[in-house]
Amino acid sequence: MRESGQTPSIRLVDLAKDFGSVRAVAGVDLEIADGEFFSMLGPSGSGKTTVLRMIAGFEPPTRGRIELAGADVTDDPPFARDVNTVFQDYALFPHMSVLENVEYGLRVKKVARAERRRRAVEALETVRLGEHVARRPSQLSGGQRQRVALARALVNRPKVLLLDEPLGALDLKLRREMQIELKQIQREVGITFVFVTHDQEEALTLSDRIAVFNDGRVQQVATPRELYEQPGSAFVAGFVGTSNLLDGPAARAVIGRDGVFSIRPEKIHLDPAADLGGLAGAHTVEGVVREVVYLGSANHYVVELDVPGGSAGASTTLTVLRQNLDTAAEDPAERRGDRVRLAWLPEHVIELGTAAPVSTPTTQESA
Amino acid sequence: MTMSRGLRAFLVGCTAVVLTIVYVPLALVLLNSFNVSKSFAWPPSGLTLRWWQAAGHSTGARHALLVSVEVGLLATAVSLVLGTMAALALQRARFFGRNAVSLLIILPIALPGIVTGLALNNAFTSLFGLQLGFFTIVVAHATFCIVTVFNNVQARLRRMSESLEEASADLGARPFTTFRLVTFPLLRSALLAGGLLAFALSFDEIIVTTFTAGGHEQTLPIWIFQNLFRPNQTPVVNVVAAALIVLSAVPIWLAQRLSQEVEGAVSAAP
Repeated sequence: MRESGQTPSIRLVDLAKDFGSVRAVAGVDLEIADGEFFSMLGPSGSGKTTVLRMIAGFEPPTRGRIELAGADVTDDPPFARDVNTVFQDYALFPHMSVLENVEYGLRVKKVARAERRRRAVEALETVRLGEHVARRPSQLSGGQRQRVALARALVNRPKVLLLDEPLGALDLKLRREMQIELKQIQREVGITFVFVTHDQEEALTLSDRIAVFNDGRVQQVATPRELYEQPGSAFVAGFVGTSNLLDGPAARAVIGRDGVFSIRPEKIHLDPAADLGGLAGAHTVEGVVREVVYLGSANHYVVELDVPGGSAGASTTLTVLRQNLDTAAEDPAERRGDRVRLAWLPEHVIELGTAAPVSTPTTQESA
Repeated sequence: MTMSRGLRAFLVGCTAVVLTIVYVPLALVLLNSFNVSKSFAWPPSGLTLRWWQAAGHSTGARHALLVSVEVGLLATAVSLVLGTMAALALQRARFFGRNAVSLLIILPIALPGIVTGLALNNAFTSLFGLQLGFFTIVVAHATFCIVTVFNNVQARLRRMSESLEEASADLGARPFTTFRLVTFPLLRSALLAGGLLAFALSFDEIIVTTFTAGGHEQTLPIWIFQNLFRPNQTPVVNVVAAALIVLSAVPIWLAQRLSQEVEGAVSAAP
């Protein structure tokens, strides 16, 4: 992924931004490698978009330094930076045709007419939008506008493409399709993509590496797999996937020592009597099924444990994901109120440090 | 529409009454400009083009018309430049006292003309020591003509996403190029609409003009007012009034059409 010694495509050094008395970004250090698909993931207000806007040059940082390919561009205006942006609202020029929109960057850089036409058509073909070039943006569908915005940025062959929640306005099906295409396009053109999103599934699907933002800081930078299997904090564990936290007295009772622990829902066996054979040395705990969520291919069981509560004092629950292998005969919802036994292997316990989390992070379900 | 038959009839009736009250007198002015009778005897005993010919030869009326057009064009030009700059500054920059400045720019259109007129007259003559005349009329008209341009441009900017200008800069355009290729084209119809209204405002202004024209310059409304009570000029005044009705309808109609067209274009944009 990253070769040491190579100049990073983007380097952020202690980057911070205040809006009046509000600290939007509180000191961010990041290195993004050449050709990397890098995502900045976080809840709204976590500072990810502000960092992107500072890289583009729309917001001057309060403190810190921005380097593009080794050159300090902190004080350069947007038009002098070799990056292009795909905006959340696409920001297509309404008074220009699709072709004129895509040609715009080359036009202001005084590229000859024939040459810019050729490159614009090429860029439109890259995003699979060869037709409709004479139309106005208002005559296009959301997905087509998205492609025009992408082509308008790519035609300039920037070193870095910045994408600010570009798929947020699309419906789920179209978003899935565009995710796949975006990844293909990135492989084809081979430039660095910096992708801002609040959708953890989108980030896991697309990225080579992900930076998780919270409260204006980077919580963790890791590959999708590392982020999911070894979250560095309770916040990351909760924001990427379902957290299933055990802490305080509950941790002592179940794991056997103090600390903050997390177990991913799919790692937990429900009713392990039948398949406990391979679970030598497993942690086991009993509880009552409080809620069953039917997901089609699987079910979520929310189980309240028979152990003292966590550090917050409330009872401790764990979410268990179970594939619908043989539930056709029984209605999973009827298991509500059942006593069950849970088991998991000790190596699937993620230790999140010894301190209790300050606050319960927002849980994002991957449905 | 879910409107009862009775209610609809009532609303149609109201509309008819209001339109009648406004437009029948105007129609009379038009008709009377062709009336053979010098004293507008009703019904007209015959129709003639004599008064239109007389008005065409009236040097006073022609000169006043020229002054009015020149004042209107200049005041509109000044308003377009200053109004646009003010709207851009207030809409795109954040600074202390922004709302107060915005209010101060709009206020002149609400102030009674007689107050504005007195104040400007006083300032021009005693404070700046200016000779009242063509220049002072233009300045006076610009004070309220700015408002229509400012309002139109500001309304357009408010609906125009700031990311359009950011996108332009992002694609390599310097600020002036962004203004030339993105901001200005999107403002153009708002400027045209605001400018037409500004011209119409200036063209029929009489109160402020009275205080700022001095003794030598006459705009068309002032010429009409001064000739209104001279019996042998009455038919000519009537012709001028009729011509003004037709002339002023055009810019208003254009302005309305433009703002409707663009309403569609801008709001349909992503």
